[in-house]
Amino acid sequence: MNWDWNVVNDFMPRFWDGVLVTVQALAVGSLIAFALGLVWALAQRSARVWVRWPVVAVTEFVRNTPLLVQLFFLFYVVPNFGPSMSPLATGIVGLGLHYSTYTAEVYRAGIDGVPAGQWEAATALSLPRGRTWRAVILPQAIRRVVPPLGNYVIAMLKDSPMIATIGAFDMLGEAQTFSNETFTTEALTVVGVAFIVIAYPASLLIRVLERRLVR
Amino acid sequence: MSADTHSAQTLDTLANPPVDGSELIRFDQVTKRFGDNTVLDRLDFSVDSGKHVTLIGPSGSGKTTILRLLMTLATPDEGTIWVGGDCLTHEERGGRLVRAGEKHVREVRKNIGMVFQQFNLFPNMKVLRNITEAPVTVLGLSRDEAEERARGLLELVGLGEHVDKYPTQLSGGQQQRVAIARALAMRPQVLLLDEVTSALDPELVAGVLDVLRDIARTTDITMLCVTHEMNFARDISDQVLMFDAGRVIESGPPEKIFSDPEQERTREFLSAVL
Repeated sequence: MNWDWNVVNDFMPRFWDGVLVTVQALAVGSLIAFALGLVWALAQRSARVWVRWPVVAVTEFVRNTPLLVQLFFLFYVVPNFGPSMSPLATGIVGLGLHYSTYTAEVYRAGIDGVPAGQWEAATALSLPRGRTWRAVILPQAIRRVVPPLGNYVIAMLKDSPMIATIGAFDMLGEAQTFSNETFTTEALTVVGVAFIVIAYPASLLIRVLERRLVR
Repeated sequence: MSADTHSAQTLDTLANPPVDGSELIRFDQVTKRFGDNTVLDRLDFSVDSGKHVTLIGPSGSGKTTILRLLMTLATPDEGTIWVGGDCLTHEERGGRLVRAGEKHVREVRKNIGMVFQQFNLFPNMKVLRNITEAPVTVLGLSRDEAEERARGLLELVGLGEHVDKYPTQLSGGQQQRVAIARALAMRPQVLLLDEVTSALDPELVAGVLDVLRDIARTTDITMLCVTHEMNFARDISDQVLMFDAGRVIESGPPEKIFSDPEQERTREFLSAVL
């Protein structure tokens, strides 16, 4: 196999375009997944059936259908009756929504992991419910959820190339079109290395956080 | 008629509100079941203001359940509970007597504090904030007032120099003393003590009991105490209630109960634990 650095050089401008898309999708997608997941987790604990039941149904549905199908649905079907968004925005919403159903489970486990005694102490002090959540329960739950949330960020990174299927060209999307146009393979290798360069330090960081936060 | 409402009745007819001004807590025909297990069986008892009452009896006899009902960590299946002339379990709404709502419960419950077997300090807050959190957010004290109160209480429990530590940096005995300070910071009329030394290493028990003796001696707070420390019970109690199978089978001053019990069941229990 012949490795040609000139090909790599030619690919670089488009590689950086792809990196930008990947990083945007990952950063904004993660924020959506973190925020929406918490909303799902709290709604699933609601005392009101008409809040709890639809949320459970939606999150189960989203979690148990493929991300690719959801991306197609958001991009090709939703604009028929709802908002029409750019490929990148659609991809970000799709990733965020899909992963929010996983982060919801993470939050649920984190909240359940706070001992019952903490709720009882808050009751004994007559702390209002909202204050109990904000000052007592969530701060303790967050420590437990940071490491698993980090793992889902890495999983999302690895799923991010799927958004290329609706036209948001991430690193891999750029590499693939470049390779097809030039009948070369170097670009794909570059992107493979780029994934490791991003993902491995991230997983090390998560391990450090895990050691610090979970005591 | 559903179990939650007594439509024809009002608070006055359901049970006589405590008439005697000195009566602070009253259980009126209180029944509590967990599944098929009847933990409390039509229990009646009352505690006068300022008294220190100890509940003793075999495990499973319903002692802790009484404290949990008072703290509204559990609700009775039948009967009413009164605290300071207010009904904790029911309220009148539109002329009907209904199970007490959150708001009503919160008002009545402010008069009650509790110390738990497992301390239950908030591990994400420093010692000082553990104590000031509720006075600030519930009683509306300013942060300065609350901190001054907290520092005073920490001196009282002998932990003045630990204000800036996290609970996990303290021993079990120290944590429990912080928990006592936290409960007292709300200035409750009633302090519930649920086996507060049971989770402690033996050498740490004395420090906690000394603090409680101090509080019993120097304040007029009403104490309701579940303990297996019979010497402590003898020291601080005005009255001891012996429980068995969800009922009070004997009650009296500690001298009487501990040295000359009337019931055979009490004698058996005491000879097993003393």
